[in-house]
Amino acid sequence: MRKTYKLEDLCCANCAAKIQDGIAKIDGVQKASVNFLTQKFTLVAEDDKFEAALQESLRIFKKIEPDCTVIL
Amino acid sequence: MVALTKKQKKHLKRILVALGLFLVVFALPFEAWLPEPYALYAEFAAFLVPYLIAGHDVLRKAGHGVVNGQVFDENFLMSVATIGAFALVFFPESDPHMAEGAAVMIFYQVGEWFQGYAVGKSRQSIADMMDIAPEYANLLVEGELEEVDPDEVAVGDTIVVKPGERIPLDGIIVAGSSQLDTAALTGESAPRAAEVGDQVISGCVNLSGALTVQVTKAYEDSTVARILELVENASERKARTESFITRFARYYTPIVTGCALALAVLPPLAAGLPWSDWVQRGLIFLVVSCPCALVISVPLSFFGGIGGASRKGILVKGGNYLEALAKADTVVFDKTGTLTTGSFAVTAVLPQSGVNPAEILAWAAHAESLSTHPVAQSVVRAFTDGVEEAASAVAAGPAERTFAVGKRIRSELVGDVQEISGQGVIAQVSDVFGIQPADAGADVLDGMQTSEACGDTFHEIMVGNGKLLAAHNVVYDEVESTGTVLYAAKDGVYLGAVVISDAVKPDAQAAIAALHEVGVRRTVMLSGDRPQVAEAVAAELGVDECQGGLLPQDKVQRVEDLLGELQGTKGTLCFVGDGINDAPVLTRADVGIAMGALGSDAAIEAADVVLMDDKPSSIALAVRIARRTMAIVWQNIVIALGVKLAILALAAVGFATMWLAVFGDVGVCVIAVLNAMRAMRIRS
Repeated sequence: MRKTYKLEDLCCANCAAKIQDGIAKIDGVQKASVNFLTQKFTLVAEDDKFEAALQESLRIFKKIEPDCTVIL
Repeated sequence: MVALTKKQKKHLKRILVALGLFLVVFALPFEAWLPEPYALYAEFAAFLVPYLIAGHDVLRKAGHGVVNGQVFDENFLMSVATIGAFALVFFPESDPHMAEGAAVMIFYQVGEWFQGYAVGKSRQSIADMMDIAPEYANLLVEGELEEVDPDEVAVGDTIVVKPGERIPLDGIIVAGSSQLDTAALTGESAPRAAEVGDQVISGCVNLSGALTVQVTKAYEDSTVARILELVENASERKARTESFITRFARYYTPIVTGCALALAVLPPLAAGLPWSDWVQRGLIFLVVSCPCALVISVPLSFFGGIGGASRKGILVKGGNYLEALAKADTVVFDKTGTLTTGSFAVTAVLPQSGVNPAEILAWAAHAESLSTHPVAQSVVRAFTDGVEEAASAVAAGPAERTFAVGKRIRSELVGDVQEISGQGVIAQVSDVFGIQPADAGADVLDGMQTSEACGDTFHEIMVGNGKLLAAHNVVYDEVESTGTVLYAAKDGVYLGAVVISDAVKPDAQAAIAALHEVGVRRTVMLSGDRPQVAEAVAAELGVDECQGGLLPQDKVQRVEDLLGELQGTKGTLCFVGDGINDAPVLTRADVGIAMGALGSDAAIEAADVVLMDDKPSSIALAVRIARRTMAIVWQNIVIALGVKLAILALAAVGFATMWLAVFGDVGVCVIAVLNAMRAMRIRS
């Protein structure tokens, strides 16, 4: 499953890269992209693990860039 | 001027308040009011106020980072540096640095603000540039217009596009005529006429008259959605330079931080040098250690270059291709449809004696009727629409009359068709003279020697180049011509030849010259056409090398050879084709460029760079854009790293101030972002 979310207030390119690296390591995630320029977050994960991966991703967002909101 | 976001406004207000307070505190004569050391402590406390107003969020985020194990972020570094500046108050022998600590935080916030603004603005302008997405469609439901989301329109629905509106979905015009502005897709400013029966492409703007359009593609498959997706995904395919910067950033920060620590601690410990001085040098290192200027500006430059190119109708699928394009050394062209218009027309029919030219066309057109090759289609067109006057003059006598009559292909007469790649077709066609002329010109059939009862007797019709006939031992007369010659045979007996010519595109010659001008060393044309034809076209256009008579697999081989010759050099090979038959070559080349791709899904899929219009001159423009983008990328790398390294060097020997360090962080970032914006603007 592949889903794209809009991001708000993602204001550091370096953090975006760190978040992306973090999410890519989550179990079941096939591909993750946190795009600083388009302010978009794309998550590709196995269907049955998608929801868990998404929740874990949100946690990573909060951890690295607390000001950034993922618009679900 | 982009309107400030709420967050930016709030941020700006906070900075201004902090700045005002800071100036007040700075002006207060604490020494005159209080005796030492109380004056110093009062000053210390006073400066904390603007410091905290400006920097409380930075401190909070730094704390958050430390708790979550994200140590090396900007907030942490700024906090350490400014707290350090305040802490210097505890070293009585040093000058008090509270003012500096507060000022640095304010200055940092000013820089951050500008940086946020500049990045936001560039992102916005790129987004505006790509603002070709339609917002609604006027769906025609039972005679009433209903405004709906383009997503909701199904294939086969009818929509109305009013003048001034953007065409929301691909379709065919069923009523009305108008002028279309395709500039957003092709960069072409001259409007295009459109009338009933024409295909229209989403993203174009309808200029003059209302159009009723039958939708042929759902929104997600429409041209506009595909283009947007392609450009947005382009930033995911990173150029080598970009990945290098990301990797570099990963090492740069920890190394500089390590140096900062060493600088602050080692000299005082080892040589007994004053702590305050060396700690400050260490702090300056920390401030400069953030790689943001690079990490933001390099991708932004690529994004800008890709965005700017797309405005000119050049879609680049990723930064990596832009990078490869900038190093173009050899450009290989396909001939047909790329350098020539690809709209072939039959210019002569040369029958064997005793054969009616119309008969040759009739057999050949039916045999070729299933083929999508432009040559084949031109034969079909000649049969259905007639041959143009100039051409029919070639064929003598009774033929002229028959050529002028429109006929239609009867697909039920065509049996098995075998297409032999690079040679032609062998088709089973039953008696074509059962065909009645469309406008009842029964006399067309006069004088034809074949009029067997029509029906199930299939004839083996062979239409193709000399190789095909030779391979099947059919004796034929070689025809000398610069056009494409198709030989036709029926049941192994040679009937005659059809000559088809293809015009060179008007800007092809200029395009080749422009490529040489931008520094492409070598231009090569590969063609499946006969060598004489290919050479004639190559000579006319000024192409350096040319090879004709190639089968599709030969083209791949030839491109591989050329790639081999480039091995070990920095140059890259670009292949330009029309995307129809050259997918393998497009994939094999460093950069595969498909042209005339407006609406062609296959070409958009196979190529790395897609030219929306069919002008070969766009290739030189694409190379120029790529070069310029790369130049900007390197400028940014050199500026950012140069300034940072210079400040580090100055700081190590004690010549840099904290002010300079903040400039080295956010100031450089703003400069780099502004420079990156230039990549978007393209002079044509």
